Amino acid sequence: MEKMVNVYFFGKKYSVPAELTIMTAMEYAGYTLKRGCGCRHGFCGACATIYRIKGDNELKTCLACQTQVQEGMYVASIPFFPTDKRTYDIEEIKPNAQIMMELYPEIYSCIGCNACTKACTQDLNVMQYIAYAQRGELEKCAEESFDCVSCGCCSVRCPAGISHPMVGLLARRLTGKYIAPEAKHLTKRVEEIHEGAYDDLIEKIMQKPITEMEELYNNRDIEK
Amino acid sequence: MYAPYPENMMESIKKVEATRAQRMATEPRRLTADEKDALLKKFHPDYNPDAFAEIKVGPNKGQKAPLELADMLHSTSRLMTDNVDLTKVDYDVDVLVIGGGGAGSSCAIEAHKAGANVMIVTKLRIGDANTMMAEGGIQAADKENDSPVQHYLDCFGGGHFAAKPELVKRLVMEAPDAIKWLNELGVEFDKQADGTMVTTHGGGTSRKRMHAAKDYSGAEIMRTLRDEVINRAIPVVEFTSAVELIKDEKGQVAGAVLLNMETGDYSVARAKTVVIATGGAGRMHYQGFPTSNHYGATADGLVLGYRAGAALLYQDSIQYHPTGAIYPSQILGALVTEKVRSVGAQLVNANGEAYIHPLETRDVNASGVIRECEEGRGVDVPGGAKGVWLDTPMIEILGGEGTIEKRIPAMFRMYMNYGIDMRKVPILIYPTLHYQNGGLEITGDGFTKEIPNLLVAGEAAGGIHGRNRLMGNSLLDVIVFGRNAGKKAAAKCKDVELGEMNLDHVKAYDEELKAAGVETDHVSPLLLPHYARHER
Repeated sequence: MEKMVNVYFFGKKYSVPAELTIMTAMEYAGYTLKRGCGCRHGFCGACATIYRIKGDNELKTCLACQTQVQEGMYVASIPFFPTDKRTYDIEEIKPNAQIMMELYPEIYSCIGCNACTKACTQDLNVMQYIAYAQRGELEKCAEESFDCVSCGCCSVRCPAGISHPMVGLLARRLTGKYIAPEAKHLTKRVEEIHEGAYDDLIEKIMQKPITEMEELYNNRDIEK
Repeated sequence: MYAPYPENMMESIKKVEATRAQRMATEPRRLTADEKDALLKKFHPDYNPDAFAEIKVGPNKGQKAPLELADMLHSTSRLMTDNVDLTKVDYDVDVLVIGGGGAGSSCAIEAHKAGANVMIVTKLRIGDANTMMAEGGIQAADKENDSPVQHYLDCFGGGHFAAKPELVKRLVMEAPDAIKWLNELGVEFDKQADGTMVTTHGGGTSRKRMHAAKDYSGAEIMRTLRDEVINRAIPVVEFTSAVELIKDEKGQVAGAVLLNMETGDYSVARAKTVVIATGGAGRMHYQGFPTSNHYGATADGLVLGYRAGAALLYQDSIQYHPTGAIYPSQILGALVTEKVRSVGAQLVNANGEAYIHPLETRDVNASGVIRECEEGRGVDVPGGAKGVWLDTPMIEILGGEGTIEKRIPAMFRMYMNYGIDMRKVPILIYPTLHYQNGGLEITGDGFTKEIPNLLVAGEAAGGIHGRNRLMGNSLLDVIVFGRNAGKKAAAKCKDVELGEMNLDHVKAYDEELKAAGVETDHVSPLLLPHYARHER
């Protein structure tokens, strides 16, 4: 007999196998998920969830697909959160501190409560990356926020109304496009292709009979 | 002692540790072409005759498909029982993109750039897609010792010489430009201090051309594309499925019937060109395999396209990724990126033997894992399954302390959630259903042959990868063929004059099913897998 635990989905009690995740436990209980379920492997942030263990006053946040159920868990999923994304033209904006002031001025209202960091389902130092954004240290903000899955748990808890994932995303796009050094070998190869440097070679290999292709493939040298 | 696994697994780990130094001193031999063939024929799931059925109707009549896909092709359309008034048009656009993953989003961005009135409709949210979950990287031949021709050879040979040459050509020739385009949108690729891309091998590559963004490569690409779609104010209708294409009397596609996933209400989208970018089929769980795919990967686009008359290609060729998580049960089927092997981990059986080269192509490595388990050299997992080890501590020995957290942070995090520190102990894996090698057949320009204004891009398309896809060629394919579809669809819609919208093809298909004596009580497309357990 497998071990069972009692969990409460939106306040209603269900007995579910202890080894399940919150997501698979909801399905075990009979829910057909539409919202609050995406990649099911911890990459998309669709299944942001809040819970509290009976008898414990701490409110916790997690991804339902990455969290095992526990006895006495009171669970509520967050089907949607109105994150406040500002729009911009990536070709027009500049990688400086002013851009954060212009697009996300509310980051300067951060009161340093650290609720965002405590809520992060990826264990990121969210308040720290917001601090980097405030100071215009975009590269550091990009690096610190890199593993963000945009579940929005930080924003749910923020008293200043900051949409942290959007701030990190802006910093990463600016860093990727403007701050990180150009890959010169890439630029060169793109030019060579546009100039037709490989046109004849590619046509030739496309025409080769399968037997010759097998020969080429099976004897190709492999970079160490 | 640190023991995050059950006793039998810890016993096996002792053997893995005992052979590690000696294994690290020699690279496992690569198999010959004949050895690979023999291994595939004996152990690859595609060679299991009991797992396939004959398709009874339509353009691929007489060919085989996985049982579950054949069932969907033989099932009834929702619109045979539900009535939809096609004269009430809810959305009227130039380009309708079905699917909000990497291909759909790239397509929409390019169509928008070309001035078309484009709309995305997607079953879940934009970005809820396999693209988001791609971990290891994206190929492009942009280094000095590499060329698009070399990339062509790897792709074509790795796919068992079955890919369509004009599709492979587009894939490899437009690869560097795809990377540049992404980089200029702000995707943060791993680079050295001088800007040189950090590139590694994938299974079956002959040059190190795997570009990555840690092991969040797909997530980094997808969130950037999604942000760009929103910045451009391209309409995205979420939680809405296309359940059938609409055609006109000229045989053109004219839009789609949409279903609101939450309310159950239908709506009608009219479009001059339609792009199917609905992705894969992992959630069909062919042959009972767990899957690395997202929740909505149910082959919907194949069903829509097929009913409208578009042919499939290589619908019987499925990719099982060799390294899916098999323990602990909470992450069953989750992808353990090939990058774990790119950065040094070997595949090791229960006896501590590195029984194969870790970077053979995926079909070969998957077959190898299955062979070890079937022949008694697998590690038993509670519940009855078996797996082999991926010797992750090697990565830290080879690359130095901290390599795992720096290069594969998502993997580290996924296992640490369950108390398994892959820096110290190996992780246990077994193949997971990962990718649909085939799909709707397209021309070099991305159109279906049968319907002049219907395009397909991304995993829903077939022929680009032949019968086995290489790591890093799918992220590449969604960008290259997604962008291409956006440009071509935007150009094409200028010459399309739509006629009267109808669903005659759905009725005709149903007649064909009846005439063939096929009866199922199922409805397709599936839209979402049936995971809810109901006691009554």
